[in-house]
Amino acid sequence: MIADRLQALGSLVIDSLRRFGQATLFLMRALGGFTDMLRKPHLLVDQLYSVGVLSLAIILMSGLSVGMVLGLQMYNTLVDFGTEDSLGPAVALSLVRELGPVLTALLFAGRAGSALTAEIGLMKATEQLAVLEMMAVDPLRRVIAPRLLAGILSMPLLAAMFSAIAILGSYLVAVQMLGVDEGAFWSQMQAKVDLYEDVYNGIIKSVVFGIVVTWIAVFEGYDATPTTEGVSRATTRTVVYSAFAVLLLDFMLTALMFGD
Amino acid sequence: MWHEDERNPNVTTASNNSDSLVSLRNVHFSIASRRIIDGMDIEIPRGGVTTIMGPSGTGKTTLLRLIGRQWVPDSGQVIVDGVDINRIGRDELYALRKRMGMMFQTGALFTHMSVFDNVAFPLREHTHLPERLIRHQVLMKLQAVGLRGARDLMPSELSGGMARRVALARAIALDPMMVMYDEPFTGQDPITVGVIMQLIRMLNDSLGLTSIIVSHDVAEVSAISDKLYLVAGGKVIDAGTPAHMQHSDSEWVQQFMNARPDGPVPFHYPARDYAEDLLEVAT
Ligand SMILES: Nc1ncnc2c1ncn2[C@@H]1O[C@H](COP(=O)(O)OP(=O)(O)O)[C@@H](O)[C@H]1O
Ligand SMILES: [Mg+2]
Repeated sequence: MIADRLQALGSLVIDSLRRFGQATLFLMRALGGFTDMLRKPHLLVDQLYSVGVLSLAIILMSGLSVGMVLGLQMYNTLVDFGTEDSLGPAVALSLVRELGPVLTALLFAGRAGSALTAEIGLMKATEQLAVLEMMAVDPLRRVIAPRLLAGILSMPLLAAMFSAIAILGSYLVAVQMLGVDEGAFWSQMQAKVDLYEDVYNGIIKSVVFGIVVTWIAVFEGYDATPTTEGVSRATTRTVVYSAFAVLLLDFMLTALMFGD
Repeated sequence: MWHEDERNPNVTTASNNSDSLVSLRNVHFSIASRRIIDGMDIEIPRGGVTTIMGPSGTGKTTLLRLIGRQWVPDSGQVIVDGVDINRIGRDELYALRKRMGMMFQTGALFTHMSVFDNVAFPLREHTHLPERLIRHQVLMKLQAVGLRGARDLMPSELSGGMARRVALARAIALDPMMVMYDEPFTGQDPITVGVIMQLIRMLNDSLGLTSIIVSHDVAEVSAISDKLYLVAGGKVIDAGTPAHMQHSDSEWVQQFMNARPDGPVPFHYPARDYAEDLLEVAT
C-alpha cells in the first residue's frame, strides 16, 4: 500500500517534471519569435492593447479601493500612537514592495491570463493553430510570442499604475478626509521610500510575475485539450497556477531582497 | 527495418514512383498506445483527385495530418514529391508545406479577420508582394470560388458552405501543388455539396493540382474521383477506380459503397447479449 502511494507520488513528480520540461521548450521557441516583432510591430501593438490596455480599468479601480482601505486602516492603528504622520511611507512601502506587484499579478491572471488561455485554447480547438502550421507559419512565433511579450511588458506598467493610484486613494482618505498633515504625508514618503531598495525591487518582482503569469497562460492555452471542457479546465488552471506561483515567488523574492 | 536502398528517399522515390505525388509506405501510427493506422500503403497519383473513404473515427484526418507532418508515424515512410518528410529539417518542411494546401474540416478561418484578410494571410506571410498585387491575387482566388462579393464579411457571417469555400480560396492562395480536403461535404445542404464538388474538380484540372479528399460521403465523392481508397480498422480494404469499387467482391466495400447499415462494419458497438442485459436486475 505504501508502495502504491510511493508509485503514485513518483508518477506525479515525473509527470510534473515532463510538463515543466515541455513548457520550458515551448518558452524557448516562443522567445525565438521576439525578433519577428521588430519587423511586424503591429502584432505586438494589437496584443498590448488587448492584454494591457483592456486590463487597465480593473487595475485602476482595484488600486483606488485598496489604497483607500489602506489609508483608513493604517490611520486607525497609527493614530493611537500619535504617529499618523508616518502614514504616507507606511502605505507607499507596502504598496511598492508587496501589494502593487502581487495584487496586480493576481488581477492580471484573472483578467488577461484567463482570456489568453481561452483564446489560444479555442484557436487550437477550431484548428486555427493547425492551419497556421500547414501554412508554414510557426504558431509559436506568430501567435504565442506577441502575447508573451505583451504580457511581460504590461505587468510592470500596470503594477506601477496600481501603486500610484492606490497612493492617491490613501491620500484622499487620510489627508482629505481624516486630516493627516499633507506636508508630512508626502515628505515622509519621499524620505523613507528608497528608489533602489524599494521601487526597483518592486519593479523586478512585477517583471518576474509578468513572465511567469503570461507563460502559464499561453502554455495552458497551447497545451489545452482541444474540446469545450478542455479549454475551460485550462482556463481554470491558469488562474489557480498563476495565483500559487505569484504567492510563492513573492515570498522567495521578498526573502532574497529584504531578508538580510 | 529500413532497406539499404531506402536510406536516401530522394533517390528511391524518383526512380520508383515518379507518378505518385504522395506515397505512404507501411505506415503505423498510434495515439496513446491505441493503434489508429495499422500498416497502410497509399499512392496518390499526380494530377488526379484521390479520395480516401472510411467510417468516422478510422483515422482519415489522422492520415492527412501524417501527410503534412503535423504528426509523425511510429514507423513507415511518408513521401511527398519525392522527399521523405519525416527526415527533413524544419526549413525544408516549411518550404514543402507552402506547396501543400489544406482545407480543414471546419474551415478553420481566422475568426478575427475578414474573408479578404484570411485569403491574403498566406500571401502576406510568405511573399513580399506589394498590397496592390496581393489584392489582385486575393480577388482572383475569391472569384474562383465565387465569393469575390463576400470579401468584407467576417467568418461569423458566413454559412458553413461559404466558410469552406473561403478556406479553399485560402488553401490555394500560394498556388500549391496539392490540396487536401478534410470532409469537405459533411453537414452541407445538397446544393452546397454540388458546388463544392464542382469546385474541387474544376480547380484540380484548371490549376493542375493534385487533390486528396477524405470523406465518408460515398455518392458525392465517387463522382469526381479518379481513384478511391477504402480504409477501415487502420488498414486499406480496397483501392481502385470508382467503377472497380462499385463492383468489388469485398463485403466491406459493398457495405460502404451501398450504405448498408450492417455488415462487416457492425451496427452495434460491442456489447454482451441483449436479452441478458435486459433481464439483469438493477442493482
Ligand atoms: N488528439 C487526439 N487525442 C486522442 N485521440 C485522438 C486524437 N485525434 C484523434 N484521435 C482518435 O483517433 C481516431 C481517428 O481519428 P480521426 O483521424 O479524426 O478519424 P476520422 O477523421 O476518420 O473520423 C479516433 O478514434 C479519435 O478518437
Ligand atoms: Mg476526421
